[in-house]
Amino acid sequence: MGHPFRDVAIVGVHNTKQARVLEGHDSQSIALEAALGAIADAGLEPRDIDGVVGGIASNFLFQSRIGPAWRSMSPLGIPAVIEGAMAIACGLANNVLIATGEAGSYRQHASTAPWTRPTNEFVAAYGMFTAAEFALMARRHMHMYGTTPESMAHVAATIRNNGHVNPEAVYFGRGPFTAADVLESRMVADPFHLLDCAMTSEGGTALVLTRADRTEDTAKLPVFLLGGGTDHFGPSYQHPPVWDLGGVRRPDLVAGHVGRRAAEEAFAAAGLGPSDVDVCEFYDPFSFELIRQFEAFGFCAEGEGGDYVMSGVIEPGGRHPITTDGGTMSFSHGGASVQLFQRVIRGVQQLRGECISSQVHGAEVAMCTGGGSGALFTDVLLLGKDRP
Amino acid sequence: MSLLVPQAGDIPLPQPGPLSEPYWQGCREGVLRFQRCLDCSAATHTPALLCAACASRSLEWVESSGQGEIYSWTRVWRPVTPAFVTPYVPIIVAMDEGWFILSNLIGCEDDAVAIGQRVEVVFHHSGGSDDIFLPYFQLVP
Ligand SMILES: [Zn+2]
Repeated sequence: MGHPFRDVAIVGVHNTKQARVLEGHDSQSIALEAALGAIADAGLEPRDIDGVVGGIASNFLFQSRIGPAWRSMSPLGIPAVIEGAMAIACGLANNVLIATGEAGSYRQHASTAPWTRPTNEFVAAYGMFTAAEFALMARRHMHMYGTTPESMAHVAATIRNNGHVNPEAVYFGRGPFTAADVLESRMVADPFHLLDCAMTSEGGTALVLTRADRTEDTAKLPVFLLGGGTDHFGPSYQHPPVWDLGGVRRPDLVAGHVGRRAAEEAFAAAGLGPSDVDVCEFYDPFSFELIRQFEAFGFCAEGEGGDYVMSGVIEPGGRHPITTDGGTMSFSHGGASVQLFQRVIRGVQQLRGECISSQVHGAEVAMCTGGGSGALFTDVLLLGKDRP
Repeated sequence: MSLLVPQAGDIPLPQPGPLSEPYWQGCREGVLRFQRCLDCSAATHTPALLCAACASRSLEWVESSGQGEIYSWTRVWRPVTPAFVTPYVPIIVAMDEGWFILSNLIGCEDDAVAIGQRVEVVFHHSGGSDDIFLPYFQLVP
């Protein structure tokens, strides 16, 4: 059997303007703008789309009158991209649009953002929100391996500096940052300072996937899915985020390692390993999660992630530069779903060589991720320039 | 430093469902309950229909000793909503019967928390008209 995604290519990507507040927009309008941008980037017309994934799917289907067409409401980043790719690989659609956007849902900041606050009966009364959930994982790692706030701060400063030089980042020009700046910012949920955490913003994002045999019609270099996987332990923010939470099928893969199985599957499908990855577009809800992902994905041994990120590999020019647009800390964190697609968008831009900042020269393979241990899931997508 | 106390404001409170009502009823009675499997004796929390170890449906509610040790912790300075007074200290407790619970640490200074410390459950009425008693934990002297 050939590679499952041999016949699929990503041919269009687009981020709308990202901002703390996008005046005059709501989630549907900014998502529609993203959709049209990605279709144009692909060199296609709305009428070429015959499959749609994401929160905008129904609205776009109707407004553009492309129905009857294939539709999935899958909203959550990499799983949605994989689902769109499967639809093409299975012959259910030829050109799939994946689009989402969020605006107007969080403008009163007395409370933390709505997508950070679970209503579950076993967590809500204890003041839990995403930063606290992820902090409980980070603290356990610090206890087991001596991981330091300094190594986390170095990750945060590196990502924020990528945003500082990116004119499209919400926090463009806000730096440069040092690890000391991160450590001196106010504490949010110990061990996370304000600058260890994602921001909140608004924006839209979209991709277009097509059949690989049609890419001569498209405008830009096609990018291929070399492998992907999704690791989930259950609903986020309802059960204690226990590092050692294990399952009955693979007791060795505990929640602290979530994403390892997905990465193993993705690397196996691609015939590649961590040393082949040129760009690490890792999801960055909190600084510690980068350290954890390098361990979970096999870039370094368990417990060595703190030293690994301090060894010069993650900065621009390093062997495995991370989150090159500034990520959720500086580029944008649009809400419940937008930012979960944007590692993929950036991975595509890197492989095309079209990044306006922090371009990794000659990048052939990008590893894009979403989720994190505090949410009990991590998704992985390996992108490449060569058709698998 | 500040002394950690139960939250007294208008915080979001549990709305027990059919599955979790025995747990919250225990809290009203001053008893911390968890589910134990009649087939393999594994402990399960949060309330479930299936044993976490063997997927048996034969679960019974049993009383916990209320004792365990701190497995992980954080200290929150940016409250999730204005109803919460900071700092507060979410903890995961590894209970002696082999299950984990999320709660808040109270009854000590906020900088007294550490992984491995022995803790015990203590119940506090939530205030208001809701008949909810929340399990918190305090250090064992
Ligand atoms: Zn059992």
